[in-house]
Amino acid sequence: MIFHDLDLEVRRGEVMGIVGASGTGKSVLLRTIVGLIRPTAGRIEIFGEDPTRIDAAALHRLESTFGVLFQDGALFSSLTVAQNIQVPLREYLDLPSALLNEIAAVKIAMVGLPPDAARKYPSELSGGMRKRAGLARALALDPALLFLDEPTAGLDPIAAADFDSLIADLQRSMRLTVFLVTHDIDSLNTIADRIAALVDKRTRVGTMADMLGDEHPWIHEYFHGPRGRAALAAAKESS
Amino acid sequence: MAAAAGWISTSRAGDRLIVAAGGNWVVTASRDLDRQLRALAALDIRSLVLDLTKIEVLDSTGAWLVLRTQQELTAAGWTVAVENLAPVFEPLMRQVSESGKTLPTVLHPPPRRFGDLVARIGRVTVAQIARGAELLSFLGLVCITALRILRHPSRLRLISLVNHMEQTGVDALPVVGLLSLLVGVVFAFQGADQLRQFGAEIYTVNLLGIAILRELGVLLAAIILAGRSGSAFTAAIGTMKVNEEVDAMQVLGLDPIEVLVLPRLFALLLTLPLVAFFANIMGLLGGAIMCWATLDITIPGFLRQLRSPLPGWTFWIGVLKAPAFAGIIALIGCYEGLRVSRSAESVGRLTTRSVVESIFLIIIADAAFSIIFSYLKI
Repeated sequence: MIFHDLDLEVRRGEVMGIVGASGTGKSVLLRTIVGLIRPTAGRIEIFGEDPTRIDAAALHRLESTFGVLFQDGALFSSLTVAQNIQVPLREYLDLPSALLNEIAAVKIAMVGLPPDAARKYPSELSGGMRKRAGLARALALDPALLFLDEPTAGLDPIAAADFDSLIADLQRSMRLTVFLVTHDIDSLNTIADRIAALVDKRTRVGTMADMLGDEHPWIHEYFHGPRGRAALAAAKESS
Repeated sequence: MAAAAGWISTSRAGDRLIVAAGGNWVVTASRDLDRQLRALAALDIRSLVLDLTKIEVLDSTGAWLVLRTQQELTAAGWTVAVENLAPVFEPLMRQVSESGKTLPTVLHPPPRRFGDLVARIGRVTVAQIARGAELLSFLGLVCITALRILRHPSRLRLISLVNHMEQTGVDALPVVGLLSLLVGVVFAFQGADQLRQFGAEIYTVNLLGIAILRELGVLLAAIILAGRSGSAFTAAIGTMKVNEEVDAMQVLGLDPIEVLVLPRLFALLLTLPLVAFFANIMGLLGGAIMCWATLDITIPGFLRQLRSPLPGWTFWIGVLKAPAFAGIIALIGCYEGLRVSRSAESVGRLTTRSVVESIFLIIIADAAFSIIFSYLKI
């Protein structure tokens, strides 16, 4: 059993950061919510619908209302960036190709990719650019809900900070609800409204201030350990 | 995805066109909005007010449609005013218009043209020649390393060698045996059918003997091992390459050729002749069963007929080819494995290539052997 009595609610328009030690099931939680893993017990609700209990057509519709950014972008390697972004548009809508191209172009610009990235293949992009392209694909249908799996993992600190501010910008302008799985205490600090820590097979939810005051040994160690302290001190200094 | 789709309604006020926009300006409604907005450009008016008061939901595609209309009509000499955007949508509109300044113009690779075909032939030819040269130097490298090993046999990795011999030899016996048996059966059946017309059924045995011992036994064994073991070599070494294990080996002072390639090469050199021998036996057995069933040639009769007319070389010609085929399979399998880059996708691509290339070269080599043997008159 990975989770026991886990109860987590993400409110509309907030950024919920999920933290936890390796192996506690952060990614499992995300994959279960988006429907890649079938839970053996319990309930999941996305916009009031339980993806495990609705029929295939309703599930297909529901899947268009959220976007997922996987760890390394998970771009389709045989398609260019622009074609990758157009995949969900082609799947769900019947749009003229001129408009499809415009939408892809706008999304590429919105995630901060250089214009010449559009016709490149994923193998020609750096890790950071692949994540941006993956984000553009996740946002292709303008979903209300966005799942991010370790968006800053593997990026250098500058690129990670850029990516954080990109997510913050898009979250504000597109009024996204964000489910953010991360290890990165800087990301939590800059973009998360609330934090859910996965400890003892369930979550403890609270704001950054709550987490800093939490007595649970793992949470205390996470936020007050040497790395946590340094990140928080740096954040305080800059603000 | 709310129900009310986006709409626009146009009205004229003097020489100005007033376009009221409302509903959900989202990507799901963009098809109709796009068409209606593009139609505006055909009108003979040069002034437009776009009133966004009634817009309930706006997403980035809707925002782009507003901006595009504004940009394109302005560029065409219109005066365009966009009015009454609800404050909640302002950040989005700002973001999209900010992005609109750096839009990529070329989205897709240029379409293929006829000239590209010629260019592609040239590119592939050059690449193939380069690969051939590289394969030759790999052969040289492996030979040098093999000679070094033969001088210091204690460096040979015995456990690895035995392990590979089991995987490439023993484990392949069932599939090789069954397929050879069936080929023998089919050959005997077809041969008997034709030869019966001349009353020469007994020569089915000679046909079988020559075909299976000289060509088919070893060829079948080699092709099956190329598919089974050649691909396994590429996939295993390729996966190690992806995990940087090969790099780690090199840094630790281990020679990948010595550790990865030679045990596989030696294992295949030792097992393929044996597997080919097994394929010969099973093929002949299949043929013998068929002869017995359809031509009433008993097994002792089959063996007598098999022995008498065959030149003594026939069996050895087949078995002699086996080490050459083994060398091709192991070299190509390991070479393609070592060419894997750090992406998982290249493992699959090169594994396919390794099988195709080794079967291709096996058949070429077989043809070369035939020519050489016919010159030598054996």
